[in-house]
Amino acid sequence: MSATERTSGTPQPIGFSRSPLGVVGMVGRWIALFVAVVLFLLPFYLIVRNALSTEADITAPDWTLFPKDLQWGNISELFNDTQVPMARAMYNSAVVGVLGTAGQLLLASMAGYGLARIPYRHADKIFYAIVATLMIPAAVTFIPSFIVVSSLGWVSTLRGLIIPTLFSGFAAFLFRQYFLGFPKELEEAARVDGAGYFGVFWRIVVPNSLPFFAALAAITFIGNWNSFLWPLVIGQDSSSWTVQVAMSTFVTAQTINIHELFMAVAVSILPLVLIFAFLQRYLIQGVTQSGIKD
Amino acid sequence: MSFWLFVGPFVAGLLIFSYLPIIWSLVLSFFEAYNTVTPSKFVGLQNYIDMLTDHNFLSSLGTFTIFAVFIVPLTFVLSLALALLVNQVKIARAFFRSVFFLPTACSYVVASLIWKLSIFNGVRFGLANTVLGWFGADGIAWLSTVDPPWYWIPLVTVRLWLQLGFYMILFIAGLQRISPTLYEAAYVDGAKPGWQVFRYITLPQLRATSVAVLILNLIAAYQAFDEFYNLIGNQNYGRPPLVYLYNISLGSIQDLGHGSAGALILAVIIMIVTLLQSRIFGFGKAGD
Repeated sequence: MSATERTSGTPQPIGFSRSPLGVVGMVGRWIALFVAVVLFLLPFYLIVRNALSTEADITAPDWTLFPKDLQWGNISELFNDTQVPMARAMYNSAVVGVLGTAGQLLLASMAGYGLARIPYRHADKIFYAIVATLMIPAAVTFIPSFIVVSSLGWVSTLRGLIIPTLFSGFAAFLFRQYFLGFPKELEEAARVDGAGYFGVFWRIVVPNSLPFFAALAAITFIGNWNSFLWPLVIGQDSSSWTVQVAMSTFVTAQTINIHELFMAVAVSILPLVLIFAFLQRYLIQGVTQSGIKD
Repeated sequence: MSFWLFVGPFVAGLLIFSYLPIIWSLVLSFFEAYNTVTPSKFVGLQNYIDMLTDHNFLSSLGTFTIFAVFIVPLTFVLSLALALLVNQVKIARAFFRSVFFLPTACSYVVASLIWKLSIFNGVRFGLANTVLGWFGADGIAWLSTVDPPWYWIPLVTVRLWLQLGFYMILFIAGLQRISPTLYEAAYVDGAKPGWQVFRYITLPQLRATSVAVLILNLIAAYQAFDEFYNLIGNQNYGRPPLVYLYNISLGSIQDLGHGSAGALILAVIIMIVTLLQSRIFGFGKAGD
């Protein structure tokens, strides 16, 4: 937003704020926006088109813009395909997404609150030990983590998928920063009434921080749902595949039909599209809060 | 002790699932460890020497470098451009922001499947080849042509589609933090709206955001795995470090000794580059 429009007081051209380049610049920007919108929506169009097409429509030499008869039967075909345990994979992803998110927020928020508010001699050292883990690039740790998880016997289990991902140093760091800025007066009022740290945290701090929790929850859930490398490493047996692993395996299977795979894609992004539709405000907050570490 | 009641469970988990793996992996990197997680035969630095002279490992670092050269500047420029466009639009701003942010809902697996099977499918019914056909051009086997290396086009565009919206949000937040009085002052001083204002007000004010975007983006590029794994697989081309490490440590032969050594080498490289980058950009400098 340029401020020139306010000082100059000239009438606004339609759409953009006062363009320095005049009409040409304005038209150019609208064209750029329009092209970008088309390119960004194109893959979504392909998902819907392919998911509701017959295989013949998709592989036809001439491009079919949209299937004439929408093939809703592709849904039951997908879930009845015995080669790909899609229903099981959806269940696994849901469990990993929900428990993984809840667990991570619970552990990180308590740790963050303890570090921010409870006086302890070595609190600084603990904090540095947590921040130090942020220096280690996350994806490089998949081999070391696999070593530990496999010696615990957790390969191909939901435990193995969820528990190692619960301890996010970054989330604890974000919560600590947030709680440092939480109004102390609220907590002190409750402490005067005789509440301990535990009571203050659960009855005052958490209920008054729900937007922050929602923001981190939305972004953590999406991360868990979409994560691929760790579930691939752990999911060596098809009973423990998440949706992402199932879809990836789907491609290499010889028998796979494109329409069925795209129906799987459509089904797999549905929960996230719902989150986008209803929680986008929190999501954008979450991105802004967690994207910049300061 | 209420401190430990709050912090204890988290720290215990961090010890088991962050510190212990690193230490165990460090130990294992000095041992021979095929299909086992217990150190068997001590080999000293041999795993490290093997990895640093392994042609495939070195070429995977080369693959990463090419990838970073494309993806980091393109992401920076395009996400900033989107942010400026969306920020200046007056009608339906929320709609445009949502459209560009929406791909964040898709996983790399989902996007890779769309790219591989529908857009850059090598046979005739792929969208890219269909469009080429309209212009009378021959179809291209996008993901298997090494000379010229067409496979970079799907690899780079898939990541752009997935991540531009995320970085755009960061830039929009940065733009909205710039005080309007700066623009008013520039206007009063006679600065020309457009390039001059952008160059001398907007860009310097976005310094902290820009540094964050560059660093996050480069670290993410180092850890590229999903789209390479799903689009190319384990080939001799277009194979970044993580795909190679995945294959030696969790493929048919589970060589966790060499895998650990490779992972630690990669971790050290990422940390050095991050530190250098922060130093160059003066991250945390006063006034940011």
